[in-house]
Amino acid sequence: MPDSGTLSARGPAAVAGSRRVTWLGRLRNIEPVMLLWIALIGVLLFLVAFPLAKLFVVSFEDQRTGAFTLANYAFAYGRERYINALVNSLLLGLASATLAVILAVPMAWAVSRTDMPGKGLTWATVLGAFILPPYLSAIGWILLAGPNSGFVNRFWRDLTGFEAPLFNIFSFEGMTLVIALNSFPLVFIFVKAALDLVSSEMEDAANILGAGTWTAMRRISIPLVMPAILGGFILVFLEAISLFGVPAILGIPARLNVVTTQLWQFFEWPVRVEVAAAYAMPLLMITAGLIAVQKLLLARKGFVSQTGKGGERRLIRLGRWRWALFAWCAGVGLLAVAMPLFVLAQASFAKAWGRGFALDNLTLANYRLLIFEHEMAMQSVWNTVWFSATAATIAVLLALLIAYIVNRRLVPFGDALAFVAMAPFVIPGIVMAIGFYAAYAAPPLALYGTAALIILAFAARFLPIAYANSAAAIRAVHPEMEEAARILGSGRLHAVWRITTPLVRKALLGGWLIVFIVASRELSAAIFLVGPRTRTMAVLLYDMSEAGNFEVLAAFGGILLVITMAFVGIGMKLLGRDFMLRRG
Amino acid sequence: MPRLILNGLTKIYGRLTVVDAIDLTLEEGEFVSLLGPSGCGKTTTLRMIAGFIPPDAGTIEIDGKVLSAPGSVLPPERRGMSMIFQSYAIWPNMTVAENVGFGLELRKLPRAEVRSRVGAILEVVKMSHLADRYPSELSGGQQQRVALARAIVVEPAVLLLDEPLSNLDANLREEMRFEIRRLHDEFRITTVYVTHDQAEAMATSDRIAVMNAGRIEQVDAPHLLYTRPRTRFVAGFIGRTNLIEARLVQGEIVFDTVALAASRLATPPQGGDGAVLLSVRPQSMMLRETRPEDANGHAVLPAEVTRRVYLGETWDYLIRPRDSAIELRVSAPPTQVHEVGQAVWLTLDPQQVVIVD
Repeated sequence: MPDSGTLSARGPAAVAGSRRVTWLGRLRNIEPVMLLWIALIGVLLFLVAFPLAKLFVVSFEDQRTGAFTLANYAFAYGRERYINALVNSLLLGLASATLAVILAVPMAWAVSRTDMPGKGLTWATVLGAFILPPYLSAIGWILLAGPNSGFVNRFWRDLTGFEAPLFNIFSFEGMTLVIALNSFPLVFIFVKAALDLVSSEMEDAANILGAGTWTAMRRISIPLVMPAILGGFILVFLEAISLFGVPAILGIPARLNVVTTQLWQFFEWPVRVEVAAAYAMPLLMITAGLIAVQKLLLARKGFVSQTGKGGERRLIRLGRWRWALFAWCAGVGLLAVAMPLFVLAQASFAKAWGRGFALDNLTLANYRLLIFEHEMAMQSVWNTVWFSATAATIAVLLALLIAYIVNRRLVPFGDALAFVAMAPFVIPGIVMAIGFYAAYAAPPLALYGTAALIILAFAARFLPIAYANSAAAIRAVHPEMEEAARILGSGRLHAVWRITTPLVRKALLGGWLIVFIVASRELSAAIFLVGPRTRTMAVLLYDMSEAGNFEVLAAFGGILLVITMAFVGIGMKLLGRDFMLRRG
Repeated sequence: MPRLILNGLTKIYGRLTVVDAIDLTLEEGEFVSLLGPSGCGKTTTLRMIAGFIPPDAGTIEIDGKVLSAPGSVLPPERRGMSMIFQSYAIWPNMTVAENVGFGLELRKLPRAEVRSRVGAILEVVKMSHLADRYPSELSGGQQQRVALARAIVVEPAVLLLDEPLSNLDANLREEMRFEIRRLHDEFRITTVYVTHDQAEAMATSDRIAVMNAGRIEQVDAPHLLYTRPRTRFVAGFIGRTNLIEARLVQGEIVFDTVALAASRLATPPQGGDGAVLLSVRPQSMMLRETRPEDANGHAVLPAEVTRRVYLGETWDYLIRPRDSAIELRVSAPPTQVHEVGQAVWLTLDPQQVVIVD
């Protein structure tokens, strides 16, 4: 017996002695997890709760005196122009989400339920659209459908002789198209996941009663996944109203004002952060409300999984129609990924992009300028990489600790911790940035323009992604794995280090990579917080787009994509092809 | 001196008392099962012994030293116990040998000794040839053997098993039952075994503690639980039985048309006259086509077959004594065939009738 020496007792005296020891032992036996818990509460307050509270408070404060006032709200909603921007945002959200659903649902049905060819290509399209930052996509579409020199419009004029352009990208429709083409993967992933759970027997049951393939899809399969479609619709809607890059690049030249671009104007000199805070409230309320609705919709998953077992899954044979579906998927792929990427690539290697493809138009000068001569370009690449990497590390570590103590029920009110960690999910990035500005830009911390502020904002903004990921990873490790180590003599921290950490390492790496990738292309949370020397690639790209040098712009976009693709590639290699697209 | 003592051990979750003032004492080297239906508190009790759950009242002592008391719980890693979990909890990131050697490494044994002891215990559980495999390459039964080796190799003061066989298929379960008992006979480790399967408890245990609704109903050797159940719950949970409401009147137990001399019971009743509950096992009654000539002190009564089921190993008859409202289940060998509606004679041995609470 290893411990028989210490465990054996010598009569009643020893028992009494051990009582004394256990009293002392109470202090010794308190687990360090309580200290950790207190530290985590502090960090979460700092990262999430305080900026949000500050945003709220500032919106009711007079900027100079700090006295309570409603003047900020009166100002923010006092002009027709500001109200119009709100209406424009809502319309843009509705239009983009509708178009995204129209694009994505047939694709999801085709990939999940039918024998359509080219499914790998469709997956590539979805992944490509997911990776392509919306502002780059917007720039690509300027090259394609700018009213005068866009390739599509020039081709149209040459073909028909008409003067009017076929499509002007600087318009409400243009913004709608770009946003939908960029965010349809959200709908696709939701709907495909739901369709994957629908048993073929559901359709068979309709078939045997006389419904054809078309009727069965329309009356059975699609209604069954309606909650997922609505969920995806809501996500695209929210993405559209909180997006900054696309409205700034395509909307401002067309004098189309939306909420985010209006917020940007409140941040121009003199900075009216209190008005911006007041003006951001509807965005925050709508987002929080719709996320709640979406949760309710998806919680009624009884809809799909009621059958319990998945049942048999058989692909529907479409015959000739499968080529029609394939054409649809390929068309979306062309518009969303292939065409914008192609023209961007062409421009990045061109002396003048409008001259098209000619040998004497080829040059590496754009890349050379950015890599060797531009004063800010390489600095911004470095900024982007280390801001994103640090933010991802902070977010994942924090998320892991919270997920662990919540899942293992080590502390009271653990669910409240989880709630705060997930809260940034309902805060648009631009609103988050205003909160961080209000909370930490001014003295005493005076973090405005520092790397620390951007890193903290990124870490807070993407904490929910890291948390969802970590919580899933921790849930997958049976608590008995650790208990088995503890009963054999290992303390809690030792057990976590030796047993749990190796088991969740891979999942955490996945979470880290996803946070890194989305942080490295984040524009709206960064744009209010950067200083001249702390600009990220996304911010610099936006600044350059105002100058209008599309060749250099395209080359810089190329560099951004190459870096992103490198990390996506690492993720796929380590974690599987679909590591970014898993729903969870 | 007893090894493990549970003293008034209690656990309360909200308004639910999951474990209700349990007393249990294990001698050194004893194998005791906690047997009961799901939700009876047996796993909670085991996890309190392991130190994963603090008690709300009562104490746990090992060798006279208090390990758990309300507000003061020695953490599991300092108890010198080991445990086998329902999920086995074999660490998938370590090989079989690394899993088994983990506890020895924590005890800071020299590397050579760790290796030799791991080798020896893998020999005992017949897993030597798989020492360098990873758990994902093992079958359920093999993982179970690794879990056993990992728990035994540290020579724990107490070995805890939490429904270790519930994830195995029927054949393997039977094999592992005997394996667990064989290992106990070899190492004589004081063991607490939690299960809801009575056959498992009977095959492995020196004594069985039958639990119901957070309380221990009876602790006894397996054969005594069967032949001398003390409560209605134990009688019904261990094997099948007929529960008959009867009255004790002046030294005679009376029910229906039957009267038995109370003094002929194996354990005659202590109290005075009043209502009593009888447990009569289906195996303790016999059916005959003709009236037996020598009753030999057994009660003999005319009856009729009302239903029957053929189960292969036995006939299961439902018998109604003549002019009676009660029906009795009687087991008979497969060769004893009686038709439904047929008149039979039922004999009842008072030695096998037990009064339960």
